[in-house]
Amino acid sequence: MGLINDIHQKLINKEISCTELTKSYLEEIEKSNDALNAYVCVTGDEALKTAEAVDKKLASGEELGLLEGVPMALKDNMSTNGISTTCCSKILTGYKPIFDATVWEILKSQNAVMLGKTNMDEFAMGSSCETSYFGGAMNPFDINHVAGGSSGGAASAVGGNIAAYGLGSDTGGSIRQPASFCGVVGLKPTYGAVSRYGLIAYASSLDQIGPITKSVEDASIVFDAIAKPDKRDSTCLGAKGGETYPKLNNDIKGMKIGIAREYLDGVRDDVKEAVLDAAKVYESMGAQIVYFDLPILKFALPVYYIIACAEASSNLGRYDGIRYGFKAERYTGTHDMICRTRSEGFGEEVKRRILLGTYVLSAGYYDAYYKKATDLRGTIIKAFNDAFERCDVILAPTVPMTAFEKGHATSDPIETYLTDICTVPVNIAGLPGVSIPCGFNAKGMPIGMQLIGKSFDEATILNAAYKYQQAAPEKFTDTKWGVKL
Amino acid sequence: MKYELVSGFETHIELSTKTKIFCGCTTQFGGEPNTHCCPVCIGLPGTLPVLNKEVVRFAIKAGLAVHGKIAEVAKMDRKNYCYPDLAKAYQISQLYAPLIIGGYIELSNGRKIRLHHIHIEEDAGKLIHRHGDTYVDYNRGGVPLIEIVSEPDIRSIDEAKEYVERLQQVMRWVGISDCKMQEGSMRCDVNISVRPEGTEAFGTRTEIKNMNSITNIARAMEYEYERQVDLIESGGKVVQETLRFDDVTGTTSSMRSKEDAHDYRYFRDPDLVTINIPREEVEQLKAEMPELPADKFERYVDDYEIPEKDAALLTKYRRISEYFDEAIDGVKSPKTVSNFIIGQMFRRLETEADKEVFDVAVSPAQLNELVKLLDSGKIRNNLAKSTLEKMLDSGKGALEFISESDMGGIDENALLELCKAAVEGNPKAVEDYKSGKAKAIKALVGNVMKNSRGKADAMAAEAKIAELINNM
Repeated sequence: MGLINDIHQKLINKEISCTELTKSYLEEIEKSNDALNAYVCVTGDEALKTAEAVDKKLASGEELGLLEGVPMALKDNMSTNGISTTCCSKILTGYKPIFDATVWEILKSQNAVMLGKTNMDEFAMGSSCETSYFGGAMNPFDINHVAGGSSGGAASAVGGNIAAYGLGSDTGGSIRQPASFCGVVGLKPTYGAVSRYGLIAYASSLDQIGPITKSVEDASIVFDAIAKPDKRDSTCLGAKGGETYPKLNNDIKGMKIGIAREYLDGVRDDVKEAVLDAAKVYESMGAQIVYFDLPILKFALPVYYIIACAEASSNLGRYDGIRYGFKAERYTGTHDMICRTRSEGFGEEVKRRILLGTYVLSAGYYDAYYKKATDLRGTIIKAFNDAFERCDVILAPTVPMTAFEKGHATSDPIETYLTDICTVPVNIAGLPGVSIPCGFNAKGMPIGMQLIGKSFDEATILNAAYKYQQAAPEKFTDTKWGVKL
Repeated sequence: MKYELVSGFETHIELSTKTKIFCGCTTQFGGEPNTHCCPVCIGLPGTLPVLNKEVVRFAIKAGLAVHGKIAEVAKMDRKNYCYPDLAKAYQISQLYAPLIIGGYIELSNGRKIRLHHIHIEEDAGKLIHRHGDTYVDYNRGGVPLIEIVSEPDIRSIDEAKEYVERLQQVMRWVGISDCKMQEGSMRCDVNISVRPEGTEAFGTRTEIKNMNSITNIARAMEYEYERQVDLIESGGKVVQETLRFDDVTGTTSSMRSKEDAHDYRYFRDPDLVTINIPREEVEQLKAEMPELPADKFERYVDDYEIPEKDAALLTKYRRISEYFDEAIDGVKSPKTVSNFIIGQMFRRLETEADKEVFDVAVSPAQLNELVKLLDSGKIRNNLAKSTLEKMLDSGKGALEFISESDMGGIDENALLELCKAAVEGNPKAVEDYKSGKAKAIKALVGNVMKNSRGKADAMAAEAKIAELINNM
């Protein structure tokens, strides 16, 4: 059924009014946000206003759309007209967009009840949410562990039941990794399936918006709603593969599920075991497991960091204190003002990546780094295409480990970069990937696995994910936090 | 030693599309600051550019106008630099795969100035300094530009001036820009170096930025040529640098040295997709292109025997040549039409702008009618001239001013009678002529013309009068 369907039924059966529902979510946010730090901005008034409109529709007997009245949250890098959008950076404090991101425009038109904006690593740069100017979001399974990043707030809110679903963005794993850490479902769509218009860019050729949800059905419903072509985003084609929801329950007998050995290298034993157990579950459902090598994967991480940082160094050049956001208080001239604003406004991780990106694009280094990385990107895309000659989906761990303890990620940036090893290849190749829970470690922290699909073939990976969820519902456990319907 | 000047131009031309290159805002010049703007062209976070296809079409027309090769695949790149008038801190431009490759501008001396390429890009905003504060106006931000990059083929200041004039002429001609240097819709960066005459190797060049008039281009080049020659003659070396020209002092000064040159960190703009240009579209645009001024010039000179100087005037602006083409339909001598246009009509159009608009009261068809009356011998040249003046004053056709009786010549007998009357009525003039003042006969001819109301053939009248006097 899924949570969204559940809420929809309760609303249309008048078991609960949308206003009551929204209030209970807002109350739970009030209670738990100090601990989870999932939200950086709560929009209670707007939420209740929408809820009221939905209740009016219900009262007048009008039909309700599936997403109508369902309380949700947006990551703080998605532009919301008149509502603070900061990317959790000091440099965007006080910035209120004058337009809506396309995804929000779509959901708003369907009366989605937005509860607020969720926490994230500053400009989506990080794997623990701890580079956020507002401090990190915490893991609802254990608040001494991080929620992951960069869409940590959304994963924490959904895992902590203080949003029915959230939208995150994924540049190198920022939807799938926190979903894995928080025991929820996270879908990174094919590059170009969902509009990026209004998504504040980190790395434009890698960024993609997608849902973080409690269940595979929910991910499918939200994806189908937001994957539309957009004239304002030249790279957006919408869901070329069609709707995913009708195909969720397709029989997966004979489906070829590939495992690339390289994805299991350096992965912690408990994680590897959980993923291989999942493979057995698939086999029991009649799917066929195919092993192969994908040696090119060892280049994915450096390619990712070169391309992402290069694009970021350009995308973040506009934050100069002139038009919006933070501006340094004291300065001697225009140049000094820009320098001081950026020095004071950006956090350490963002500065590190701007420096890296500027370096790899510089005269004399472009060919050695950026050019080589884009060439390798082509090779990686081809390697995935070849792999999909042998299988329908690829099964891999989402992260080589479970959620870090608080403070662990920020102590060693290089070690933290390495934890993106399983998620970045999908972004480089522009493919869809969904992370779903597949077990727990000894301390009870969730383990996630990802299913990677062919370009625009979200339907098949969601189908496979749904079948697993049906076969192993015990992996999809709830936390003590938030709204209990 | 004599030194040869070597120069290449980078010319920015604002395209006159209705909307900006990546959003729907107007491209209109001026306007209250920051009123021709939207989230996209002020680069608000999260906005994305969408390429205006009209810009591509305009650039292709520019390419066709200079005989360039139209790329099948073009891409947009980001040119990164930080300046307050550049809202995104990068300009979307083209480096690795520009729209137009090659091409040339042919000068009147027959030399071809080769073009390296033409690319499309967005303009930046403008800084306004007032009362010690600096303000930014983003109205111009995102206005489409083409940059025309020439090879270092220019060898004199006269060639440089003509190169700019020719570019201006042909770009206006194909209707892609008004090329107004004073309004900034055409701006030139001038690269210049010198080398001993007869040598091949290029000297070190300097670049003079943002020249906004042909006069200043000539002044700046003259100054810079002298400066470089003096420097070399006195044992110094030219340093590669970017210069600005001060039009008050007429001198150049350094903006930045080679060491401080910007590193633009160009890379493919990931927000924009590859531009594919189907050959059918190029063919279609080619078919829609007007005949180019250079081709018209050649046709006028070769086919109509119009002097080169006049042909140049007729082809300076497209409207004049189109007027001319219409007015010569079926006439015996196109040169007569040309003379009327360049003589009487141009006299009424004082400024270049007037000539470009070429707003005259007489339609090409009306001029054509007048010239045909002349061709058929129904009226004579001076009547045609005076009639054209009346037509230009009133906008009315020739027949409004010429009566039936004005038309047709006069017969032999009538001419003889008129000549006799002139000789008899002007004894003084006859005496003068007889005593050797040849010019005196003109007064007698004038008398005949006056009494024939311009219909008499002046040459025939003069011969007849001379005969009468000699027989006296």
